[in-house]
Amino acid sequence: MNFLETEDVVKQYSGHLALNKVSIQVPKGKIFGLLGPNGAGKTTLIRIINRITAPDSGFVRFNGHASCPEDIYHIGYLPEERGLYKKMKVGEQAIYLAQLKGLSYAEARKRLTHWFEKFDIMPWWNRKLEELSKGMQQKVQFIITVIHQPELLIFDEPFSGFDPVNADRLKQEILELKQAGHTIIFSTHNMSSVEEICDEIALINRSQVVLSGNVNEVRQRFKTNAYIIKVRKEDGSIEELQLRKEGSVSNSEWLTELASRYEIISFTEEIPSMNDIFINTVSGTNTSQP
Amino acid sequence: MSKIGLIIKREYLRRVSKKSFLLLTFLTPFLFAAMIFVPLWLSSIKGDETYKIAVIDSTGKYAPLFEDTENYHFIQADQSLDAYKKLPSDEIFAFLSITGDLLDNPEAATLYSKKQIPGELSRLVNQTLGKRLEDDKLATFNIPGLKEIIQESKIDFKIQTIKWGDDGSENQSSAMIASIIGGVFTMAIYFFIMIYGAMVMQGVMEEKTNRIVEIMISSVKPFDLMMGKIIGIGFVGLTQVFLWGIITGVLITGGTFFLGGNAEAELIQSGAMMNGTAMNMAAAQSPATEWVQILNTINFGEIGLLFILYFIGGYLLYSSVFAAIGSVVDNHEDTQQFMIPVTLLLVFGLYAGIYSMENPDGPLAFWCSMIPFTSPIVMMVRMPFDVPLWEKILSIALLYLSSIGLTWISGRIYRVGILMYGKKPSMKEIAKWFRYK
Repeated sequence: MNFLETEDVVKQYSGHLALNKVSIQVPKGKIFGLLGPNGAGKTTLIRIINRITAPDSGFVRFNGHASCPEDIYHIGYLPEERGLYKKMKVGEQAIYLAQLKGLSYAEARKRLTHWFEKFDIMPWWNRKLEELSKGMQQKVQFIITVIHQPELLIFDEPFSGFDPVNADRLKQEILELKQAGHTIIFSTHNMSSVEEICDEIALINRSQVVLSGNVNEVRQRFKTNAYIIKVRKEDGSIEELQLRKEGSVSNSEWLTELASRYEIISFTEEIPSMNDIFINTVSGTNTSQP
Repeated sequence: MSKIGLIIKREYLRRVSKKSFLLLTFLTPFLFAAMIFVPLWLSSIKGDETYKIAVIDSTGKYAPLFEDTENYHFIQADQSLDAYKKLPSDEIFAFLSITGDLLDNPEAATLYSKKQIPGELSRLVNQTLGKRLEDDKLATFNIPGLKEIIQESKIDFKIQTIKWGDDGSENQSSAMIASIIGGVFTMAIYFFIMIYGAMVMQGVMEEKTNRIVEIMISSVKPFDLMMGKIIGIGFVGLTQVFLWGIITGVLITGGTFFLGGNAEAELIQSGAMMNGTAMNMAAAQSPATEWVQILNTINFGEIGLLFILYFIGGYLLYSSVFAAIGSVVDNHEDTQQFMIPVTLLLVFGLYAGIYSMENPDGPLAFWCSMIPFTSPIVMMVRMPFDVPLWEKILSIALLYLSSIGLTWISGRIYRVGILMYGKKPSMKEIAKWFRYK
């Protein structure tokens, strides 16, 4: 079942088409990667899902019903451009933002205490935000995004500004949230993280969805019958061969033939990385549509 | 608590608890009171320095007229003017040289000094010589008892102005005092709109440049965010008005008591001079109770209520424009282009108000107290002069209707503007935002 769907969403800004009939399907309880180069229209789509702006035409379905104003209580959004009130105390600010998401003061305080302790930032509760390091500010922002336990979480470039240790920690948190049944939309340029955590993807380029589906299926779709075969040569040295399989030959037949020539150590099919797929698709669509 | 309530609460508490707000709120009335009372107090103290004035009178008939005062000590000259001029010492402050009969030649008297001659000294000399010349002149007519006739024909006339109350009571009124009171309220409303409007703009810009706005509007409607800010800051303004009113009241009462009953009359007198209104000096000698009576003819309760109504309406009108400006720009330099027309409107209102003081029922005053952009300021001037009820109702209705309309327009610009970064938009683009879905 899809938790969120958009159907033929169109959004036009003064002379510029930001989204052109964009349809995506985000399955419930999965991590959905929303990919695309800068300026492709991702942020506009996210804002439409968040009900920050309305589409010119098209339809957004949220948890089985047409998107309505109350849905924003069930969405947690971490924007790419982050900011909080610099002069406001961290704890006070977090409570305020949690209250705006519909939590009571007491509930907000209880949950925030739990998260602040988990992220080791409790000592900063009464400090002004501007006194915190950038990494700590990001943690506060992450906590504020998830504090009201929304069914749908939208993370726009969540790892930017984190060191590798904290980025990994954040990744674990995101996976935990998925385990807990949250649906997650994850927008990033970091393709290796897409391979690691995303179940489904949609690639937007030039205001249109140019590629979508399950991550593994997409990668299978883009394979080029390329294989990496390690062989031991007669002089004992190991060589890596990059070969392309011809047409309809089966793997067994091809291996038998190869085995007659070389001593085979390993045989791996080369599955293209998301990074390659991204670059190929984006540059491919860019040249085909001048 | 509703979301807009949460936003109002935050905006209000954050500003009211600031040290700068507390300082400004509690110190300004003292500064204001000091501005009124310190000059009064200083003027009651005489300088203790005495200046020596040498009188060089070749005719001999004017020199004995000069009597020493607290500050000026007149001596007979024992040297010529040229000799004095070469004298290095500063012992003698000024030299009055009279070379001939002043009735024949009024230019025969000159006052010399190495320093700037104070007005007080020239006045003293003018008075002394003038009085003598007047007597001399009268003597030339050779009419017996002329001096007494003239003295008796000097009639000190001052018209009494009485205001009829609705209950048939009669009270002395004063257009001058009404003008002063109107003027004070006008300035107050002008400054409050200016200061608090700018505060709204700052707040909107802060949220936009901080980029927190995107988080905020994923939880609340942009319009609620804007209104929450406007209302919250409006309450800050009302709090300040209220506190200033109380503190100023206490200080003026206290100050009047401290300086004695006459201070009130002096206060009004100095107010009259500031106002440029010629005023009969006799009034200064009238008892302070008369002034209190005149003050009582002004309906402070009604003016206070209308002040609050116009303050709220005018603030809403201007602050929604300021909020829209704050949402459109993302740095301070760009605000100027949009600020100037708004500021001009406000300043125009202020000038219209000042000119309306002279003629509070004239066409300028009437029209400017109907146009919403100037009415909060101009109506304050007219208030003490008993504006007809229908005018007040029409003016307030127009003000509130246009405030609501303008807030709606600003809201539509705001919701797009806060998410737009980079290039400063043109007016044409802003008009397009207005039509966005």
